[in-house]
Amino acid sequence: MNVRKLSLNGVALVLSAIFLFPVYWMFSSSFKENSQVLTKDPVFFFVPTFEHYTTAQNADLFWTYVRNSLVVTIGAVLVALSVALLASYALARMRFRGKRAMVLTVMAAQLAPWEVLVIVVYLNARDLSMLNSIGTLLLVYFVMALPFTIWTLRGFIAAVPRELEESALIDGCTRTQAFRRVIFPLLAPGLMATSLFGFILAWNEYAMVSVINKAPGTDTLPRWLTSFQTAFGSDWGATMAAASMFTIPVLLVFLLFQRRVTGGLAAGAVKG
Amino acid sequence: MTVDIEKAPPPPVPPVRRTVPGGQRPRRRAGLRLPGGWVPYLLIAPAVAALAAVLGYSLVRNVLISFQEFGRRQLISRTTEYTGWDNFRRVLEMDRFWDSVARTFVFTAVNVALIMIIGTLVGLLLRQLGPVMRLVLSLSLVVAWAMPVIAATTVFRWLFDTQFGVANWAMRTLGFEGYEDHNWFDSGISTLTIAGILIIWGSIPFVALNLYAGLTTVSAEVLEAARMDGAGSWRIFWSIIAPIMRPFFLITTFLEIIWVFKAFPQVYALNGGGPNRESETLPVMAYVEGIGQNQYGTGAAISVLTILILLVAMSFYFRLILKQEKEQDA
Repeated sequence: MNVRKLSLNGVALVLSAIFLFPVYWMFSSSFKENSQVLTKDPVFFFVPTFEHYTTAQNADLFWTYVRNSLVVTIGAVLVALSVALLASYALARMRFRGKRAMVLTVMAAQLAPWEVLVIVVYLNARDLSMLNSIGTLLLVYFVMALPFTIWTLRGFIAAVPRELEESALIDGCTRTQAFRRVIFPLLAPGLMATSLFGFILAWNEYAMVSVINKAPGTDTLPRWLTSFQTAFGSDWGATMAAASMFTIPVLLVFLLFQRRVTGGLAAGAVKG
Repeated sequence: MTVDIEKAPPPPVPPVRRTVPGGQRPRRRAGLRLPGGWVPYLLIAPAVAALAAVLGYSLVRNVLISFQEFGRRQLISRTTEYTGWDNFRRVLEMDRFWDSVARTFVFTAVNVALIMIIGTLVGLLLRQLGPVMRLVLSLSLVVAWAMPVIAATTVFRWLFDTQFGVANWAMRTLGFEGYEDHNWFDSGISTLTIAGILIIWGSIPFVALNLYAGLTTVSAEVLEAARMDGAGSWRIFWSIIAPIMRPFFLITTFLEIIWVFKAFPQVYALNGGGPNRESETLPVMAYVEGIGQNQYGTGAAISVLTILILLVAMSFYFRLILKQEKEQDA
């Protein structure tokens, strides 16, 4: 029994190391002197330096990209949440003709191959003179995040017991009041979990922004990160500092919300 | 959704619609039935409008453009020249297209199989661990899951760097010959293997953590009873865990298929589809052909074909969802 336990722990330790290594290597490379980064035999012990972070954030337009990324991400998530909230309430609680068609549409839209639609989105944006605009990007990301947001929120709304809403109605609330005072507060964790997906989607998006926002100053951080690599050649220390700065916000958000997301998913999947 | 979350990231699984055990919901009294009429349509209107304007229109136009001669000249002069099936004929006659189709299928199959198998094993392992090791392993998984795709791709380029990459050092230390300045990106297969490792590394946490979370709802008594009756671990997995978790496995497998099939940044940002376009999967090929070479018509034809392939491959998934909806409405 003890041997079994020991070997399981051993396997778990090796796995943890494998999953952590790339992230560890990114952070550690970002804190090393150049001579310790660019070496055939990697250095594992070193005195940390912040010099690469200074280089990275002094790069052209860094703060513009940060601002663009934040605006696009937060904007797209908020718009997606509000539009999805309305639609998913209808889908979870109301009966109407065409509901099944709508569910199917949302389902199918969730699988939309945006990666191969970049060409058309580019042409559309060009025809409407909407290239190189943060607003266009925000609009596209909002629509990219929408189907999934509707889908998830519908599950969360359906999970709120109907009885609660009904007793509020019996006690004299209107539908709107019942929604605002009963469902909405219970939905808060669901909203947070759902916003995580939109956040990651918009923060990471690369194919679309590479095509529709080529002008300097309208790019977002993913583009900056990949061009940084080219611009700085083999300055891997600074590149890793840039990658770290790009990663940290996501890491924080994830560590805060992850449990809720996996928990909700599992509950849905097993009962399905 | 790239869960992308890519994969999105490492993005996202929809919670499956809950059905009431036993099926029948007690009928509501008429007075409390939710109003039909125009209210639901008003509520879904903004969502429908947004989807139709951005996604729907793009899909339709994509099909239209695939029937047009659309290059740099037409882009500038803003003219439309329909040429029938020319683009499709050209694409279907390209050896490169068929290579890319085969490559995409193999790439998707191998990666999804590995993700599901290793992910399941890691999920089961999490269950067996003591609280401390479980916390350590799940934290590492969450960190890998949270890593943004573009950052991960950049880091993998660095790990496999020709001159100073730690991968070459590791191979040398392990005693392999020929890893002095070995270029990992000098062939399509090698590039796609690294893209695969990157995707698998980023996707396993999603499967493992969700499986583990689902397993915690399987009652310990059932497993205990099975063990008392003499069932081994293998038997317990196939006879108890697999049937209970079946919806989870179905949904996750299909989502992973879609995510891997569509994976763009992992392949494109790693090596741009190179060398010699040997690592182009379908989405990368559509991009390189359409945007890179200004052959918008050809690119659109490739993306129409990609969507068709994906639709055929996914029809099973749609049927599954439809069946679930039907059961619920009944």
